[in-house]
Amino acid sequence: MTTGLLLVQILNGLQLGILLFLVAAGLTLVFGVMDFINLAHGVQYMLGAYLAVTFVSLTGSFALGLVLALAAALVFGLVLEFLVFRHLYDRDHLDQVLATFGLILLLNQGVKMIWGAAPLSVPIPELLSGNVRLLDGILYPTYRFALIGAGLAVAGLLWFVVERTRTGMLLRAGASNAPMVSALGVDIRRLFMVVFAFGTMLAGFAGAMAAPILSVEPGMGDTVLILAFVVIVIGGIGSIRGAFVAALIVGLVDTLGRSFMNDLLRFFMSAPSARATGAALSSMLIYLLMAVVLFLRPDGLLPARGRS
Amino acid sequence: MSGAPALATEGRSGGERRKLLLPAVIFLLLALAPLAVHLGMPASWLPLLTRALIFAIAALSLDLILGVGGLVSFGHAAFLGIGAYATGIMITEGRSETLLILPVVLLACAVFGAVTGAVCLRTRGVAFIMITLAFGQMVYFLAQALSAYGGDDGLTLYERSTLLGIDLFASRSSFFYTVLASLAGCYLLVRAIVASRFGRVLRAARENPTRVSVTGFDVDRVRLIAYVLSGMIAGLAGFFLANHTEFVSPAFISWQRSGELIFMTVLGGVGSLHGAIIGAIAYLIAEDALSHLTEHWRVIFGPQIVLFVLFTRGGIVGMLKRAGGGR
Repeated sequence: MTTGLLLVQILNGLQLGILLFLVAAGLTLVFGVMDFINLAHGVQYMLGAYLAVTFVSLTGSFALGLVLALAAALVFGLVLEFLVFRHLYDRDHLDQVLATFGLILLLNQGVKMIWGAAPLSVPIPELLSGNVRLLDGILYPTYRFALIGAGLAVAGLLWFVVERTRTGMLLRAGASNAPMVSALGVDIRRLFMVVFAFGTMLAGFAGAMAAPILSVEPGMGDTVLILAFVVIVIGGIGSIRGAFVAALIVGLVDTLGRSFMNDLLRFFMSAPSARATGAALSSMLIYLLMAVVLFLRPDGLLPARGRS
Repeated sequence: MSGAPALATEGRSGGERRKLLLPAVIFLLLALAPLAVHLGMPASWLPLLTRALIFAIAALSLDLILGVGGLVSFGHAAFLGIGAYATGIMITEGRSETLLILPVVLLACAVFGAVTGAVCLRTRGVAFIMITLAFGQMVYFLAQALSAYGGDDGLTLYERSTLLGIDLFASRSSFFYTVLASLAGCYLLVRAIVASRFGRVLRAARENPTRVSVTGFDVDRVRLIAYVLSGMIAGLAGFFLANHTEFVSPAFISWQRSGELIFMTVLGGVGSLHGAIIGAIAYLIAEDALSHLTEHWRVIFGPQIVLFVLFTRGGIVGMLKRAGGGR
């Protein structure tokens, strides 16, 4: 393994981590503030990608398509909130899991009916279609750099909103004791809607940004949802800082594991068995990581303050 | 087997007897089901019902931890898959004797349950849901990586298990009665567990774990044992499933499958045990009917799940109770 390859894989890992953070942030916020477990969050990521496909090809401009896709994803999320989620906030987790599971079945199939089962793609915007030279002979696509940058910018914005604004203060207060916030005269239903809209936007943004580099297909949200679960469990449920750290760890461990596990195992065993073991081990690596973290710290790496 | 629950009512109060009436009726009706084929139901009906009973075993095992223990496991399909894969691999390797396969299936599920349970049970509530889900995914990816046994494409079985050399699963009706007898056995076993002192601690821990552990019971140990037992019963269902479909694939372990198992349990009525059986049968029949109707049946099925959660309480068993006037 060369330094160049390692560098490229670290960047890939960062990029996966950033995407995971955008999805996990919404999930952990919604759970932290509303005590609501939303399996349909992954579907909102998928929807962001599909809407980007449609709007980018309609308008012919990536930026305009992105904005329209975000707006549409937001509207759709709010409709779902109004029709379904609102009635689930004071139910137990089992009901929430089941109802949002039903939504996943509906939306995955619905997407298949509207856009077809074949994978779609979004062209990379002209401006960002080039490559950046990292080292001699090693190029890295500009768009992926832009993706990492945009993700970090959103993470920074999120940090500012949560830590430095009044809404953020209410969010943090709601995450540690929602009934008390409500008793102090804050319209908790409105706060819930704001949080939810915010989470939906983040997931939709992640989906739309990922659309040019991943294939857009039904079920793409399910994989991301489960990875996001791993992230928020490792980071500590309800904690945005935890989600950020854990997302980067998961992104890096998964990517580096997949690229270098074979080579690593070659030191111990023959090539064919290294390949077979490597494939199994690298896809299980993050789940093993999660098990170890939980065994040592059941509340996650950076638990949210004020939650027991 | 179907008469056994009814016989057990002797010497009990009227309320107890009424509680056993519904399960007894269910098993009696199931035992008569092959007659319906003779009376003109399509021949494909019996395999469908056999499949439903296999899932009923899995849903019943889930009800032990989910309904009775209050632990929402979102990775239960992993046990189903481990059972199915253990069966498939052994048959492929030329060991199709049930008395050889079953101990391996049960042991594999027990070991997996003990190891993952020890980690999962360190967490509560939503974290438990997510961790069981993650472990389920881990098994899913492991199955995908088993390239010697089909990998992503799955493993086709060219023969079924035998019992002491007898082709137990060769005829549709003997397969059906074998599964029915196993379901009845599991039902009685789980019922006995729930009624025992162990079961009472498990139920009490669902309501108030702190109080139970202060009283001097080791809540984590009780839950872990229940988790392992539940996994072993689901493994048995996996054994039957592999024999029934003559095919094993990673899709058996997908997280959607775990979600479906939860839905079956809730559909019938959580915690009542026979509710899980009714739920599984209702689910599989509905799935079969809808998938004949349109390939996009999930578009109809998904909203039904949502509506069901929003507007019903207590599942089918709850509705039957209300209809019968009993509360």
